[in-house]
Amino acid sequence: MKIHEYQAKELLAQAGAPVVPGIVASNVEEAVSAFDRLGGHRAVLKAQIHAGGRGKGRFAGSDRPYGGVQLVQSREECRDVAATMFRYPLVTRQTGPAGQPVRKVLVQEAVDIAREVYLGAVVDRGRGCPVLMACAEGGVEIEEVAARSPESILRVPFWPDQGLPLFQARRLAFELGFLGEQVSQAEQLIRALARLFIEKDCSLAEINPVVVTTDGRVLALDAKVNFDDNALFRHPEIEALRDVGEEDPREWRAKQAGLSYVSMTGNIGCLVNGAGLAMATMDIIKLHGGEPANFLDVGGGASQEQVTEGFRILLSDPNVRAVLVNIFGGIMKCDVIAAAIIAAAKEVGFRVPLVVRLEGTNVELGRKLLAESGLNIIPATDLADAARKAVAAANATHSERAELIVGQRS
Amino acid sequence: MGILVDRHTRVITQGMGKAGLFHSQQCRDYGTQLVGGVTPGKGGTMKDGFPIFHTVHEAVRKTGADASMVFVPPAAAADAILEAADAGIRLIVAITEGIPVLDMVRVVEHLRQRPEVRLVGPNCPGVITPGECKIGIMPGYIHRPGNVGIVSRSGTLTYEAVWQLTQLGLGQSTCVGLGGDPVNGTSFIDVLRMFQNDPQTEAIVLIGEIGGSQEEEAAAFIREYVTKPVVAFIAGRTAPPGKRMGHAGAIISGGTGTAASKIASLQAAGVVIAESPADIGKTVQRVLQERR
Repeated sequence: MKIHEYQAKELLAQAGAPVVPGIVASNVEEAVSAFDRLGGHRAVLKAQIHAGGRGKGRFAGSDRPYGGVQLVQSREECRDVAATMFRYPLVTRQTGPAGQPVRKVLVQEAVDIAREVYLGAVVDRGRGCPVLMACAEGGVEIEEVAARSPESILRVPFWPDQGLPLFQARRLAFELGFLGEQVSQAEQLIRALARLFIEKDCSLAEINPVVVTTDGRVLALDAKVNFDDNALFRHPEIEALRDVGEEDPREWRAKQAGLSYVSMTGNIGCLVNGAGLAMATMDIIKLHGGEPANFLDVGGGASQEQVTEGFRILLSDPNVRAVLVNIFGGIMKCDVIAAAIIAAAKEVGFRVPLVVRLEGTNVELGRKLLAESGLNIIPATDLADAARKAVAAANATHSERAELIVGQRS
Repeated sequence: MGILVDRHTRVITQGMGKAGLFHSQQCRDYGTQLVGGVTPGKGGTMKDGFPIFHTVHEAVRKTGADASMVFVPPAAAADAILEAADAGIRLIVAITEGIPVLDMVRVVEHLRQRPEVRLVGPNCPGVITPGECKIGIMPGYIHRPGNVGIVSRSGTLTYEAVWQLTQLGLGQSTCVGLGGDPVNGTSFIDVLRMFQNDPQTEAIVLIGEIGGSQEEEAAAFIREYVTKPVVAFIAGRTAPPGKRMGHAGAIISGGTGTAASKIASLQAAGVVIAESPADIGKTVQRVLQERR
């Protein structure tokens, strides 16, 4: 789960990290009043959306040259920038062309920066534990630095029960080139990041950049924090931070039904159990010249109602011209899938041809249910056969398709 | 032979709820010595012929179990794994999906001090030595005894590969599902080493997917230590670039993680790649014929 920058900074501050002072605003008046409270001379306005690349982004439909992160030097300028941010969607390299509407703007003290440093924490799959990463060259080009000179990224593993020991924070602070009074401030920041990562079950916690100001303060200027979805059950306070407006509507609907769905641009809707088989099904559709419309993993323990909801979601995509169901039952039973197909056909109605490949637990029962349902389903014997039939159905002409569409058999 | 489990393995189920009971029955029907279940508070009762115990310690004492199959819900699953290890279970197969990553970090860290305990999973289909012992949720009938070892990060895609092999008359020595979670008990390398040392296994199928660097590490190990033929399929070649995990995700994985990177590393190690998921069985058949 993702949260906004201002929420991430609040969590960091609670964990003991010094952050650049700022006030979050929900409308233009609040933004102007925040500007006044921060001294009334200068501030940085930061549009709060989850997608990255905000600084280089533009507001679609606006005639102003503003980006998603904008320095303002007067009350009037603050009002104009805030008005633009709240009115037009922000388009960045990560949002897609329609952009993302902005509902919150962080009004932040404008600091004079002497240097920028990178700090991040993530679980290292190879080592099987969290690792804190730091780099003396922070800022937007961090990935290029990592690719060009990987040795410049310092990595320190840490464990949930011990946390990051003080000596490690101190070592990182010195190796990052902090001096004098900055050392203890940097230690505080580093330990706060590790503490937050463990206490809140983060999957990513990143401060990029940490800045040293010209007056010697060490502060978190930007922050990005993601959480392990599997651990949200023990963090209701984190779940409460979720901004549903940032979620893809179909993906969000699927998530609420306990399904894993990712929108794609093709025309063959897929319903599969298991992520690996779902990806392999997409791969084989492409090998046969088709394009998948989505990734939909109904998982292992899904009920008939959950699977029916899966069909509703994938049929709500207007691009879908054929549906391919590929189930290899293990924990999932084929009869549950068959019952869900029948329920979906009755309730939602299939406006497109349906290819079904069933194998595994209770397969005979599942096939029998489908055969007795009277539905015009295209059965497939194996994976390649299923892909071939689905691609043919999606590419068929209008009149050919009419014959294939699921309904009562004539 | 085969690896990890055989006809002498004695198994208990931790978490005898609806799913735990159903799959315990399926395992017993397959021929597994499924000797009991553990559900705290329900000790002393019977469930469809399975004696139920309060604790794993009690179950081990009274049944002589040496393996366990974990169906405990996510919030309590890490604790259940630690309980099994403490009670002297040598093979723990964790089926549970959705365990918090940091819980698994704690478990794996603890098990590093206990090299005699092997954890497979979590979020995995389990382990089967066809004709001898099935611990997990894979459908038994798709397997047949034979000489191909399978190791996979995926569940249902493994069934697909097994089914293709069986239909071609190629049986399996043992099939191991590692599970898809970022931190888990057993790696490709652990299983490749066992297959290399197992006299019954003649060829190995490795099924990977995009993300992480396990396949690249497996490739390095194969190049160095594995003399048996290896066939691989990597799922997700056509997946769109995933939703990025910020900069840190990209940095930690370096250049690894894409299907192209995994396939290139495996090919460089002499592994034969199945281009289509429908061709895994045929590719193994061809490789075995060429070798004979």
